[in-house]
Amino acid sequence: MLKKSLIALATGLALTTGALAQDKIDIVFIGKNTGNPYFDSLTKGFVEACEKIACNFEFVAPATAEATSQIPFIEAQVQRGVDVIAISPNSPDALNQVFDAARAKGIIVMTVNGDITGNESHRDLTILPTDFTKVGADQIEMVGSLIGYEGEIAILSATTEAPDQNFWIKGMNEAIKDPKYAKMKLVATVYGDDQPEKSTSEMEALMSNFPDLKGVIAPTTVGIAAAAQVVQSRGVADKVKVTGLGLPSEMRDFVKDGTVTAFQLWSPYNEGWLAAHLAVDLKAGKAKNEVGSTFEVPNLGTITINAGNSINTQSALTTFNAENIDQFDF
Amino acid sequence: MSAAETTPPAALGRGAAAPRALWHVILVRPEAMTLALLILGVIIASQLSPFFLDINYILRSFTLSAEFAIVALVLTLVIIAGEIDLSPAANMALSTCLFAWAQASGIPMPIAIAIGLLAGLAMGALNAFMVIALQLPSIIVTIGTLTLYRGLAQIIAGDKSIRMPDWFIGIDKVLILGIPATVVIFTAFALVLGLILAGTIFGRQIYQIGTNEVAARYAGIRTRRIKLVLFLLMGLVAAVAGMLTASRLGSVRYDLGLGGELQMVLMAMLGGTYIFGGRGTILGTFLAAWLLVVVSTGMTVANLLPAIQLTVLGVLLIVAIIATNLIYSRTQR
Repeated sequence: MLKKSLIALATGLALTTGALAQDKIDIVFIGKNTGNPYFDSLTKGFVEACEKIACNFEFVAPATAEATSQIPFIEAQVQRGVDVIAISPNSPDALNQVFDAARAKGIIVMTVNGDITGNESHRDLTILPTDFTKVGADQIEMVGSLIGYEGEIAILSATTEAPDQNFWIKGMNEAIKDPKYAKMKLVATVYGDDQPEKSTSEMEALMSNFPDLKGVIAPTTVGIAAAAQVVQSRGVADKVKVTGLGLPSEMRDFVKDGTVTAFQLWSPYNEGWLAAHLAVDLKAGKAKNEVGSTFEVPNLGTITINAGNSINTQSALTTFNAENIDQFDF
Repeated sequence: MSAAETTPPAALGRGAAAPRALWHVILVRPEAMTLALLILGVIIASQLSPFFLDINYILRSFTLSAEFAIVALVLTLVIIAGEIDLSPAANMALSTCLFAWAQASGIPMPIAIAIGLLAGLAMGALNAFMVIALQLPSIIVTIGTLTLYRGLAQIIAGDKSIRMPDWFIGIDKVLILGIPATVVIFTAFALVLGLILAGTIFGRQIYQIGTNEVAARYAGIRTRRIKLVLFLLMGLVAAVAGMLTASRLGSVRYDLGLGGELQMVLMAMLGGTYIFGGRGTILGTFLAAWLLVVVSTGMTVANLLPAIQLTVLGVLLIVAIIATNLIYSRTQR
């Protein structure tokens, strides 16, 4: 008697859940490289979103962030027939052919956290963490305020091909022409390839080659952590100011002991969260990929699709310093 | 190595080794191990992901390594001859950067191609000079030249990528009888080299040089000339492979083929080539190239992270080396 009713109950539940469950779409996010803590945060946004809405999520990334390293991974996802490919591109143009092949199969290609500059027609839309046109200017202002708007500064970037890095560096070069920064001089731009060892040696080289260096902008979380480490171990925090784009979790110790005064970023988690919600809505027909249209994302409000099918997760950079750094857990 | 022999003549006495049975000769050899691993790899990969067993997908994935595989064939010859060349990937980069820069400067394509090929030959010649004339160990020489060529490539191309004209791009998409062109080139080249190695006196002499160079020289074999030919061939083929890569990627950067030398050596080792020279076959390297593609593609399409892929490849390599050495020492050939 008990067994029969249990079976009946189980069958009933199974049928009901079957009726309620929707078709889950498959989303894959291809990061720039593995071993990069920045993407852990982004991925967490995807993962937690997909626990609430109807998507299956996987994260893959190549071992190194070279221009062509993502190609085998994109081809594999096309082969698997996923619904959406989200990717932080390592190159502005090397992925064009493989993106076209994906889109020909009906896969939505969205670039996340950075766009393929000059080749935007090969992707469906881009989700940027913030208004990229302001990043260069904001970072120059940040470093200027730290060094009293006077002295030599340098940029420690990631890989030479990264489209997001190049966009910001261009913005920085433009911004520094402003008369407000007339006494500041950009002496070098070096590349740490998003590898901790190379970033460290590039930072050491900067400090040896430019003894009067006063500020370093590292718009990459791997670079800023490496630069801060070098400054901390050399004990020159009062002479050389390090700033850039960094993860609060990695920079917390440096801020607490005064090595780094302030740095900036956005919330990578929100990007993943937004991307997952948008992907599901697009596939379900609840949102349209058209310039000017809007859609709702829980916790983030109304999001607008801007010109060039581009979306900004938040409007401006968030500045982290000793006052607010404990409020963030990523 | 040769086919089954008849019973040794009585005059040789009790000390002569008993001849190996035909099945023993054919089956107990490193290439058989590579084939077995290949079949095992296909089975495991198809279990890992339902999307793997698509012959078109596997062929397309092969094109990503086809250029390295082509050079690995020539590398097999070099290793059999008792030398090694770790510079071909950097050679690919430098010769292709020169070729790309030339054609981007307006030089007509045929001359630009010639410049690239000549550069490849020159780099092979430099390796040959230091190994043969200066009698330096080839592993040291080619580690040095690999750094040199990569550095020169970076000086010429800077950190930028040089775009190829549209008609040049996409050789990997060209299908010959349904098979991508670069795979066809690889197979054809493997056939040619395999026939040369197994069927000609030149091939036989390569084995002899690798087994014992001094003895080979005293036997009248022109060891220096043969080694020169091999290094020059490496340089030439590396330049060609570089241009094939440029056609596939659409643009040329100084880091073209970065890390490729390890993949090529991996293919040669997995194919049962003996690192100390004197043994190895083109068939082995051919099978090993497919094995590598099957294993990495299988893992990539199953969304396994690179850390796992590297571990698996490392284990494969160790297994292959142990098995190769075991087989060679047990069969005393």
